[in-house]
Amino acid sequence: MIKLSRRRLIVSGLAAAAGASGLAVAARLAQKYGLIPPDAGGIYGLGETLTYASQRLLTSHSLAREFPRSQISQRPFPNELAPLTEDFKRLQTGNFVDWRLNVDGMVAQPALLSLADLKSYPSRSHITELTCEEGWSYIAEWIGVPLSHVLNLVGVHPQAKYIVYTSVEPDTWDSIDMADALHSQTFLCYGMNGSELPVAHGGPLRMRLPRQIGYKNIKFINRLTVTDNLKGFGKGLGSAAAEFGYAWYTGI
Amino acid sequence: MATLGSAQLPREASLPSRVSTAPVTKLAPRHSALVRVTHWITFLCFCALLVTGIELVISHPRFYWGETGNVLTTPLFQLPIPSSRKLVPTGYSYVLPDQNGWSRALHFEAAWIAVLTGLLYVVSGLLTGHFRKDLVPSRADLSWRALLTSFVKPLRFERPSDAEASSYNGLQRLTYLFVIFVLFPLVIWSGLAMSLGFVSAFPWSVTLLGGRQSARTIHFFVSLALVLFLFVHVLMVCVAGFRSRTGAMITGRTGTHKEHT
Repeated sequence: MIKLSRRRLIVSGLAAAAGASGLAVAARLAQKYGLIPPDAGGIYGLGETLTYASQRLLTSHSLAREFPRSQISQRPFPNELAPLTEDFKRLQTGNFVDWRLNVDGMVAQPALLSLADLKSYPSRSHITELTCEEGWSYIAEWIGVPLSHVLNLVGVHPQAKYIVYTSVEPDTWDSIDMADALHSQTFLCYGMNGSELPVAHGGPLRMRLPRQIGYKNIKFINRLTVTDNLKGFGKGLGSAAAEFGYAWYTGI
Repeated sequence: MATLGSAQLPREASLPSRVSTAPVTKLAPRHSALVRVTHWITFLCFCALLVTGIELVISHPRFYWGETGNVLTTPLFQLPIPSSRKLVPTGYSYVLPDQNGWSRALHFEAAWIAVLTGLLYVVSGLLTGHFRKDLVPSRADLSWRALLTSFVKPLRFERPSDAEASSYNGLQRLTYLFVIFVLFPLVIWSGLAMSLGFVSAFPWSVTLLGGRQSARTIHFFVSLALVLFLFVHVLMVCVAGFRSRTGAMITGRTGTHKEHT
């Protein structure tokens, strides 16, 4: 039997109050510094928040590992592809000349960019690993324009917090915070291993984030929306995947 | 701390005798409260990690060595089980339902709680001398004869005596130290080596293990070793007396201690 003395009761009461207010302060601070992911609700919110917050504090500027050309995988595995829509097939027949990337939201100058526009911007490449949440991976050379370059061109409002990116595939969209959006390895990717990005790998345009899992690297991007709040997108969880129970932040 | 301790002494001494007139034979608990609490939190986390870990393996039951690996490359080995993904060649005609969303979320949440609990256990174990007193074996514990005896006794289903049950023998000490300071750190390390964010900040964590796919394979085998430990551990608890041993880990008291009080 634990005997409850008055002193013990007061001390544990004070400790509990201090703990609770400490947690509340930590939550406020985390909110203020953008350390709470949009899918932080629910029973897995604690884990999601701990992962996102700790990795944001630890890895805001760290670079994904890059590999020598000799380590490029001979046969990159493209994974399963949903049947392509008629609209997509029509654009594909036209060699994607009519493909447009719509950039809107909290920007000074909304833009409608063709692939030729994107390719006219400074081109960058990195040899990085694409990793599926299932466990498999391959290494490829990814060629594209840094997302930060396009964001600078359209002039992102200072209060912007997230970039929402949408695929032509139905119900396929995701979002990243500004740390990832402005990261030097985050590309709007249009090339792979020295040639055009194959359709199986998301061509003509794919989001490429080597510090996050494959499903965050969405294929067939045709829209970027800059926002300060993800509430208005879908169920407000930050991505279509999160609505199916897959974490929004996938640095782990 | 010293002032707190001395402040408590007179209070205890001045307690009116109505509490207990019997001679105070209060025995130290078999396991301290901190050990008991961290033990069961770790147990719950381990169960969650095991179930979700199995689910995640099912989505790609192939293992590789080196940096990369996928269905277009040769695996090191493949588990003879069906998969939850269509594109994995398994030899089964059906595909299991996808459980990876919540499995990943619960796996990482349980890992966080387990790691924080483990840190608390290790730090307090160092401060209180728990490892030195209860787990570091003495020279006598490590004689071949003593180790052999502690190995053979449970095989004959011999229950330990009260004296034996009040502390660990050399074999138990070595096993617990191995699990706490080798297997758990390895499973955490190989797990973190699969985190893209973590390895971007600490690339050596994955290159030292031989690459991403090697880390995944190591994570699998260390988990297997931990499951083996769990089986033997529970078996030994049953041999030694399930009720009294489990009771000791819940209340701190063993059945025999209860009778004395």
